Amino acid sequence: MRYESTGSPRRGHPDHATDRLARGLGLVSIALGVAELAAAPALARAAGIPCREGLVRACGAREIATGVALLAAEDPAPWMWARVAGDALDLSLLAGGLGDGPRRRERAGLAMGGVAAIALLDLAVARTLAGEDRHPRPPLADYRDRRGFPRPPSAMRGVAREAASSY
Amino acid sequence: MRALSWHGKHDIRCDTVPDPRIEHPRDAIVRVTSCAICGSDLHLYDNFIPGMKPGDVMGHECMGEVVEVGPESRHALKPGDRVVIPFTISCGDCPQCRRGNYSVCERSNRNASLAEKAFGRTTAGLFGYTQLTGGYPGGQAEYIRVPFADTTHVKVPSTLSDEQLLFLSDILPTGWQAAVQLGIEETDTVAVWGCGPVGQFAIRSAVLLGAKRVIAIDRVPERLDMAAAGGAMPIDFELESVMERIDDLTNGKGPEKCIDAVGLEAHVSGHVDSMYDRAKQAVMAESDRIHALREIIYLIRPAGTISMPGVYGGLADKVPLGALMNKGITVRTGQTHTQRWTDDLLRRIEEGQIDPTFVITHVADLADGPALYQTFRDKKDGCVKVVLKP
Repeated sequence: MRYESTGSPRRGHPDHATDRLARGLGLVSIALGVAELAAAPALARAAGIPCREGLVRACGAREIATGVALLAAEDPAPWMWARVAGDALDLSLLAGGLGDGPRRRERAGLAMGGVAAIALLDLAVARTLAGEDRHPRPPLADYRDRRGFPRPPSAMRGVAREAASSY
Repeated sequence: MRALSWHGKHDIRCDTVPDPRIEHPRDAIVRVTSCAICGSDLHLYDNFIPGMKPGDVMGHECMGEVVEVGPESRHALKPGDRVVIPFTISCGDCPQCRRGNYSVCERSNRNASLAEKAFGRTTAGLFGYTQLTGGYPGGQAEYIRVPFADTTHVKVPSTLSDEQLLFLSDILPTGWQAAVQLGIEETDTVAVWGCGPVGQFAIRSAVLLGAKRVIAIDRVPERLDMAAAGGAMPIDFELESVMERIDDLTNGKGPEKCIDAVGLEAHVSGHVDSMYDRAKQAVMAESDRIHALREIIYLIRPAGTISMPGVYGGLADKVPLGALMNKGITVRTGQTHTQRWTDDLLRRIEEGQIDPTFVITHVADLADGPALYQTFRDKKDGCVKVVLKP
């Protein structure tokens, strides 16, 4: 978990939304990794790189490892950068299929488009987490004593009840 | 004189502008001793409300000392009087003013034809709030010209400080009206969306008016703390589901009364409708983001009442009219009929029922105004309410 930093009105408070997104991407990693291990030949063909089944399996193992780390780590930020690095690796692997004829080029291009979209999301999450704090800073201000009443609110309840129907 | 002027989106400057002068026999000139930045000023700062011209002087929350009075206002005011200036300019004579509907005065908007194009009929003139409402120079300045001054002022005693009195100009009566027009009963749960300054006063008004329970919804921790200090149960919508918490608190039935103190710039969250609104607003296909209002319409108890002090500017879509109609919901809206409430609220301040100073977090010189607009908009530095000293 990371904590919102100086620039945020929620400074010092946990950023649950980005944390949930990062953990969700960890689940995506595991699902993709299992698919890459179980169906490497089909996936390699679909991605326009039919001779690289071994590499696809290796990528699957990497995805599973990254996913498990994202789910297990207390701080997901380093593992999000691992995902970004993995995306770059995947793109370079797919780029190898671009020169193997028009059909494979089309498939590799489509696969690269999909990976690039996910890479952008990974990068956004990684950058958000990188800009946040590992430990909470003190809140911006403490307004817990600013009641605006001379007595506790429970003692002020209904003091102006006669005005409730004055509209 | 020095004044904060609008020059475009996110461009407020402390300029030197001509001193105001008496233009009409009912005018008065007031030397401003304190003024404030209102949440609705941020809609102008963010350029979501049409009708601003470069150089327009900002501000509709101010108070000060009368320095000059036109001949037709001398029966009510004299130089030296200490006054709070309501943000709604009201003639006091037209049929609406005589009914107490001061914010829809039929005579005070000198650009009535513009307002009629936007709203169908004119509403009252307002200080520092677009050409649609008269284009009157506002009170974030050293001096202000007050039209219809004999009926557009609240005389205040010297025994109270500016900080205790200033918010009679807008946010205190606005929060109060928001709660009063709900018709609160002893058994009611009142849920308030938005814990900015108006939301804070609405919460305290609902407590004073006798609500059984007040719920406050926001995402800024300091504002939720302040709401809790005033007697509300806080819900941080970043951390928990508003629907689930409200269902827990109301046995799945929803609050009887709801207040929308958010208005047209609802925070863009992960909700689909919220992102949809933001996209449409960005391409100018609609002017208002209404996520909070949609949530209210869904969560309110059937036959409940919604009060909307939050400012809306123009058009929005995906309004859940089916829920609104079938649940038999009453909706009460409007700019505040400020003068209707000020005498009563001044008495309550004098008696100590409420101390409006709790909401002030920043006090600064007028020249610091442009930077504080940014601080207030971004909710940085724990900013809830800015008071400026010209």
